[in-house]
Amino acid sequence: MTYREAIGAALFDEMAADTSVVLLGEDVATDGGVFKTNAGLVEAFGAGRVRNTPISENGFVGVALGMAVMGLRPVVEIMFSDFLPTAGDQIVNQLAKYRFMTGGQARVPVTIRSIGGATGRFGTQHSATGEGWFLGLPGLRLATAGSAAAAYAVLRAAIREDNPVIAFEHKGLLARRGLVERGAVAEVGRAAVARAGADLTIVATLMMVERSIEAATVLAGEGIDAEVIDLRWLNPLDWPTVLDSIGRTRRLLVVEEEPHAGGWGSLVISRAAREGLRLARPPRVISLPDDIPVPYSPPLEDAILPTAASIAAAARELVDR
Amino acid sequence: MSLERSRWYETMVRIRLFEERAMALFMSGAIQGTTHLCDGQEAVSVGVVAALRDDDVLTNTYRGHGEAIARGMPFEVAFAELMGRSTGCCGGLGGSMHLADFERGNIGANAIVGAGLPIAVGAALAFQLRGERRVAAAFFGDGATNIGTFHEALNMAAVWHAPVVFVAVNNLYGEYSRVRDTTPIDDLAARSSAYALPGVVVDGQDVDAVHAAAKEAVERARAGRGPTLLEAKTYRYRGHSRSDPGRYRPADELEAWRRRDPIEILGGRLTAGEGATPDDLANIRARVAAEIDAATSTAEQAPFPTLAHAARLVYA
Repeated sequence: MTYREAIGAALFDEMAADTSVVLLGEDVATDGGVFKTNAGLVEAFGAGRVRNTPISENGFVGVALGMAVMGLRPVVEIMFSDFLPTAGDQIVNQLAKYRFMTGGQARVPVTIRSIGGATGRFGTQHSATGEGWFLGLPGLRLATAGSAAAAYAVLRAAIREDNPVIAFEHKGLLARRGLVERGAVAEVGRAAVARAGADLTIVATLMMVERSIEAATVLAGEGIDAEVIDLRWLNPLDWPTVLDSIGRTRRLLVVEEEPHAGGWGSLVISRAAREGLRLARPPRVISLPDDIPVPYSPPLEDAILPTAASIAAAARELVDR
Repeated sequence: MSLERSRWYETMVRIRLFEERAMALFMSGAIQGTTHLCDGQEAVSVGVVAALRDDDVLTNTYRGHGEAIARGMPFEVAFAELMGRSTGCCGGLGGSMHLADFERGNIGANAIVGAGLPIAVGAALAFQLRGERRVAAAFFGDGATNIGTFHEALNMAAVWHAPVVFVAVNNLYGEYSRVRDTTPIDDLAARSSAYALPGVVVDGQDVDAVHAAAKEAVERARAGRGPTLLEAKTYRYRGHSRSDPGRYRPADELEAWRRRDPIEILGGRLTAGEGATPDDLANIRARVAAEIDAATSTAEQAPFPTLAHAARLVYA
């Protein structure tokens, strides 16, 4: 099924299994939602459980928190990850901290589904992945879906998780087809080895996973065997899988659709260094520019994004080809 | 006098003496950080809480000791929280600004202005979705009526007919600024009309008036007839926080408000026509004072939490 169908299937299956799961967000109940991820849900579960909100991100994330502490399991759809900062207080000061500052009295099973990413020519305020903006907040889980399979299984896990989760989705992947195991629930904090390999480790999330796999396919034809890890979770991050891979291949390439200065790539490189992993070459990074926001003009948007070609080129340098 | 009204009197005394002791403990260093006291506003806490049922919930603010005590938080649990001890209501992890007490329906005291309003709306929607006849109340200050979440929460509550009561505690000052300098209207309840909601202004020093207005709003919500914006006109005797002596206030303003002390107003009614004697009231005060002493001592001997224990409370 497609990535967007996988999201819809995950929502359907969780809402069918648990009447406390509700979905709220802008236009989520109309025509399947802005990105058509929610087809059939309001018909199946009713307007109480699938609810269109006013344009009030900070407010309706707060509403979700109130629902959650009173026993519901809300899923909030944020239409563009660029709108997450609009809900900044309710994410940073409320969702992440509520259980802790109430001394454990509150349980906050809120999932924010945040749809982001470039290639759509949506311009600089509608193109961020946002995956790096909420790193390092104790109490806030972060997940990413880099494939149709992950869009299903990771979302189901995020909804079942009793803690607040931002589950990042990529609008550039919505039409991608993939094998989805209906009924599968991902393990929280477990990365997926999207392609096993021996010569170098590529760590990626969201749309960079498929571009890394594309690069790996080209590289395989040249006798370079790349391992591609889809992190899936940024909190908790699967350090055993990542460090084991880097320890084996001794060559690290980080591919992130965000400025390196504000993302998870540095965490991976830092941790590898601090663990004393002996690398054959310094780690490489392919990312968005640190000093140019995502531009509208189509050739410029293309120019700033990592591609299979730029990923493969960096990989070749890592293995001295 | 009736048991209910003597309880209201006693609860206001409990809040007043707690706040006075909290201030003293801050000045002596037994409590650290900051605190925001509600002396003068007791009738708002007591009058509204008295209109709630045990299974109704409320969110409130960093000036929230009044609602915590009004809903029955034991003194030693509250003092322990202010002192950062493990026996505090939040295990010492919240402090003065975050006196949550889920078992008694206090589902979060918030240090972020306005953050509690949408949370209360969410709680109310949970009740609505499950067909429960429960109500959520949100307490907030005059300053909060200028922040985005106030408007977003009232709008959503109105659109969804959420069973919520919004309680604006207007003490004339948003932190150090007079309401009039930051807000173009005097009666904040008038903002309800922008959301097609009823708005009610009430004398916040009169616990009977507060209770009557709150009761009507709570019953409206419980009956499924939607939210209300209640504005209680009141005054805080102290500054915004511990470190603020409130010198921005006109000289005679404090004195004028002290002449309308909520405890004395109810006390006067009880002795004038409800069979209470001045001795009865003095006995209540003495009993509460003794309880405060004992509770302070208990709290001071409680252990601090460990970091290991705190770390386990981040994630469920």
